[in-house]
Amino acid sequence: MAPVATTFFFYFLSALTVLSGVLVITRKNPVHSALALIMSLLGQAALYLMLYAPFVAGVQIILYAGGIMVLFLFVIMLVNIEKSLKEDQFNKQWLVGMAAAVALGALFVFVYIKGKGLFPDRTIQMPEQSNTQQVAVLLYGNYMFAFEIASLLLLVAVIGAVVMAKKRI
Amino acid sequence: MLDYITSYLKSDTTPGSAGNLFWAFVYIVLIFLGLSVAVIAMNWLERKILAHMQVRLGPMRVGPHGLLQPIADALKLLIKEDIMPAEADPFVFWIAPLVVVITAFTVFIVVPFGPTHAVTDMNIGVLFMLGVSSLSVLGVVMAGWASNSHYPLMGALRSSAQMVSYEIAMGLAVVSAVLMTSLNKEGTGTLSMIGIVQAQQAQHVWFVFKFFPLGLIAFFIFAVAMVAETNRAPFDLPEAESELTAGFHTEYSGFRWSLFFLAEYSAMIAVSSIAVTLWLGGWMRPFPNALGGETWDLVFSLIPGLIFLFLGAITFYSTSRMPKHPYFRVQTLGLGGFGAVLALIGLLLLIPPVRDRVQDIFWFCAKVAFSMYMYIWYRGTFPRYRFDQLMKVGWKVLLPMGIGVLILTAIAGVLF
Amino acid sequence: MAPITTLHYLVVAAALFVLGVIGVLTRRNVVIVLMSIELILNAVNLNLVAFSRIWGLHGQVFAIFVITDAAAEAAVGLGILIAFFRNKETVNVDEIDLLKW
Repeated sequence: MAPVATTFFFYFLSALTVLSGVLVITRKNPVHSALALIMSLLGQAALYLMLYAPFVAGVQIILYAGGIMVLFLFVIMLVNIEKSLKEDQFNKQWLVGMAAAVALGALFVFVYIKGKGLFPDRTIQMPEQSNTQQVAVLLYGNYMFAFEIASLLLLVAVIGAVVMAKKRI
Repeated sequence: MLDYITSYLKSDTTPGSAGNLFWAFVYIVLIFLGLSVAVIAMNWLERKILAHMQVRLGPMRVGPHGLLQPIADALKLLIKEDIMPAEADPFVFWIAPLVVVITAFTVFIVVPFGPTHAVTDMNIGVLFMLGVSSLSVLGVVMAGWASNSHYPLMGALRSSAQMVSYEIAMGLAVVSAVLMTSLNKEGTGTLSMIGIVQAQQAQHVWFVFKFFPLGLIAFFIFAVAMVAETNRAPFDLPEAESELTAGFHTEYSGFRWSLFFLAEYSAMIAVSSIAVTLWLGGWMRPFPNALGGETWDLVFSLIPGLIFLFLGAITFYSTSRMPKHPYFRVQTLGLGGFGAVLALIGLLLLIPPVRDRVQDIFWFCAKVAFSMYMYIWYRGTFPRYRFDQLMKVGWKVLLPMGIGVLILTAIAGVLF
Repeated sequence: MAPITTLHYLVVAAALFVLGVIGVLTRRNVVIVLMSIELILNAVNLNLVAFSRIWGLHGQVFAIFVITDAAAEAAVGLGILIAFFRNKETVNVDEIDLLKW
């Protein structure tokens, strides 16, 4: 099936993602920031769909938007933010931080202008119907060891979070 | 233009897969209308069935046998005053019901009413449904937070903790069902909803009966988890009126509350359709192989029309039993009209062209209706779980059972 | 309009990365700093998936691992935040400046 209106969707979705990113770092209220981050994550899941990666898009929606952001919202609710709403939002060295970030951005622009012809412009024809199966073949074949280590990492993270958030050890 | 519209009618895939926007839009509108009718019907059915289970009659006044009660409820909710708490966060307060409703309705893009009767057939259908229904937790959390009051906040925290816990048990049950799809001849499973029903068709068994009792236990885990996921009895502590004064939607009134209500019933239908697709055979009629052949196909294809004619007959019988008093004349006429509509639908479903096309949709809707009846039955039968008992069941009972079923299904799949 | 090449996606990812870096370096609220870190990880993911269209599905598998690690790191980071908040009642990065109090 041929893709439909790719340029329109790309510009719309990337504008949505980047604008939500701007809102994340500029909102005073952390709840609004979290909502903007959810919007950015969903926009990014749609960008993954445009890149013919439906499985990564599904994982992003379930884990990131439906799991991690719920965790963030829980913690924001548990932490008393009313005092922090009346304080300054940007810290003392914001000028230096902005300068560093602008320098990083200039570096990116320079790299992309210079290296525009470096990578091949072909795209692999990936059939959309078997994306999950192919990712599974790679995941359980080549990357089996990394998969097991990732599960061990998650176990360690669960135990660590429980230990740290308990009242008394 | 007309060619674009009619070219889809010759293809044999879903509109989304064929890239046909017009028919996808038509399907979306149909699903919207169908869901609205289903939610209205569920409202009436729930009140009447619960009432009859509790040996009382339920709404009888508003229309004949309370048939106009949902419409009266909707009108009341629309004209109620829209209150926002003083210190509430207006943007989050406004957007929370929208998030819950949008996520509850978006899952219906991949729900298969037939082999080509879905809006689209994504490669990651089941993953998409689980993901979008996990986004509804965000709406609940936002609603509780934005109300700026104790009871909604506690209700939202409890409700979202419950939903997140039971999502894990749901996911494990779903994974063991998806594992069973890979046991056909090619050896590759599929996450697409239509593919899962076709795998059941190819393996000649509903997954609830496969590797007995493993499929049954997986279906049971999913059935319990889906009731907890949608915050329904017996897991409805976060929104029960005697406990937390209606939980996270306490401060919502009028149309905003009706959005939560709509989203709750749509979510119930959505998770029921996942259960039906994964375990109960989707759109397949019962016994397609044991009772196959032309005559049995004909018999089973007459069932939708006969059911509607039977419902019409019951309605006519109860019309004849209405009190013969002049005050009841309008209601008697109304009930007779309703019976006539039901009988007309039954006759319509007996016409051969309609009969063949409606088969898949009817069996899917019948199985989802059975699941909805189970929801109402649970509400009328079981007492409420206390919150710590609820979390204990989710983490300490369903999760190990889910892992056990997954491992045993994998072993059984390798051995047989 | 020009067809959408991989470079377009890389530019979007770079923009998200720079926004995340600005968030980490300039905000005072710890929760927002953690959210900016998530923005950075997402930008990296977009880069990986954009390149996986050229070089094969290994990029997508790596992106899945990055998402998993981001979940673990967010959980641990927020646990640290809760443990800290219980002691000092502030979510200000500037005031978390003592090794032992």
